[in-house]
Amino acid sequence: MSFRRAFSGLLPDKAHRNVLCALVAAAALTVPAPAAATAPHPAPQTTVNAIEAEVMCPICGTLLELAESPQARREKVFVAKLVAAGKGKAEVKDALIAQYGPSVLALPKASGFDLSAYLVPILAIAIAMVVLAFSVLGWRRSGRESQPSAAEVAADAPQGEDAERLEADLSRYDL
Amino acid sequence: MSARSLLAFLAVLAVVALLAFGLLNKGATKIAIGDPVPDKVLPALPGPGRGSIAKYRGKWILVNLWASWCVPCRQEAPVLQRFYERNRADDTTVLGINVQDNEDDARTFLREHPSGYPQLRSVGDERSAAFGSTGVPENFLVEPNGDLALIWRGPVDEQFLRERVTPLIKSGS
Repeated sequence: MSFRRAFSGLLPDKAHRNVLCALVAAAALTVPAPAAATAPHPAPQTTVNAIEAEVMCPICGTLLELAESPQARREKVFVAKLVAAGKGKAEVKDALIAQYGPSVLALPKASGFDLSAYLVPILAIAIAMVVLAFSVLGWRRSGRESQPSAAEVAADAPQGEDAERLEADLSRYDL
Repeated sequence: MSARSLLAFLAVLAVVALLAFGLLNKGATKIAIGDPVPDKVLPALPGPGRGSIAKYRGKWILVNLWASWCVPCRQEAPVLQRFYERNRADDTTVLGINVQDNEDDARTFLREHPSGYPQLRSVGDERSAAFGSTGVPENFLVEPNGDLALIWRGPVDEQFLRERVTPLIKSGS
């Protein structure tokens, strides 16, 4: 006797089975799964330390990671919130600029006295190149002046007996 | 003069010029009594809208630079509110300008210390620089014509307002 036949009186017929399946499915849909009940936390794209090492505490004039002023503490909280929300480094920096202004970046302003931070290295390189060019020209000129002429070379060449002895010495080394 | 000496002279001249420019530039933000108040259209806090000091021209304005993280600013907030309530009928107002702060913290501050007077928000330290500010809070009394009548680089209390600010307003009105 098969299982189905033995318990045929207890098992629902096809129509009832369909209704039962529909009820179970509906119940499954209405009861939220534990994983779906809580919103997923976005994966952090950067770290608080990485941001704090690259931005300033504008009031303190130091890197945020070194600052401990009340303003710096609030700025650190602001950064931590954005990092926890899954924002990337560029997004966090943009948000910091929107709140604290461009001075929050560890970059000098491109205006006023701070502009010299950009201009001075360029000027220094230009001056160094000019100095180097003058120096090379000078070296070449002094090298040319100190080079002996053909007549001087001929005059300094060994003569007579010295020339013969030199020739004999060199011939001994001929292979 | 050899080329090398000329280059050395030019290099020294460049460094001196740079230092001089730096010194002159640093002193450019100083303001004094009698100067026109530095002004700029700024977003209103908590918003929406925008505002400026010029909007209150014709009134005495006590401009207060503040930040939410500043403890003395918390202490002077109720003092400023009472001053505003006492004097608002006499063509006098207080205008708060939030500086060096983030907007969420500034809004929280205003929820904790409600002010009936208008508030503006300056991003970063741009307005602080315009006022030659050295910190927060700082207070500036502006005459109805827009000139600075008093500069006070620190928090105000009832005694200061009674003895230094009110007489100026009374004498001018």
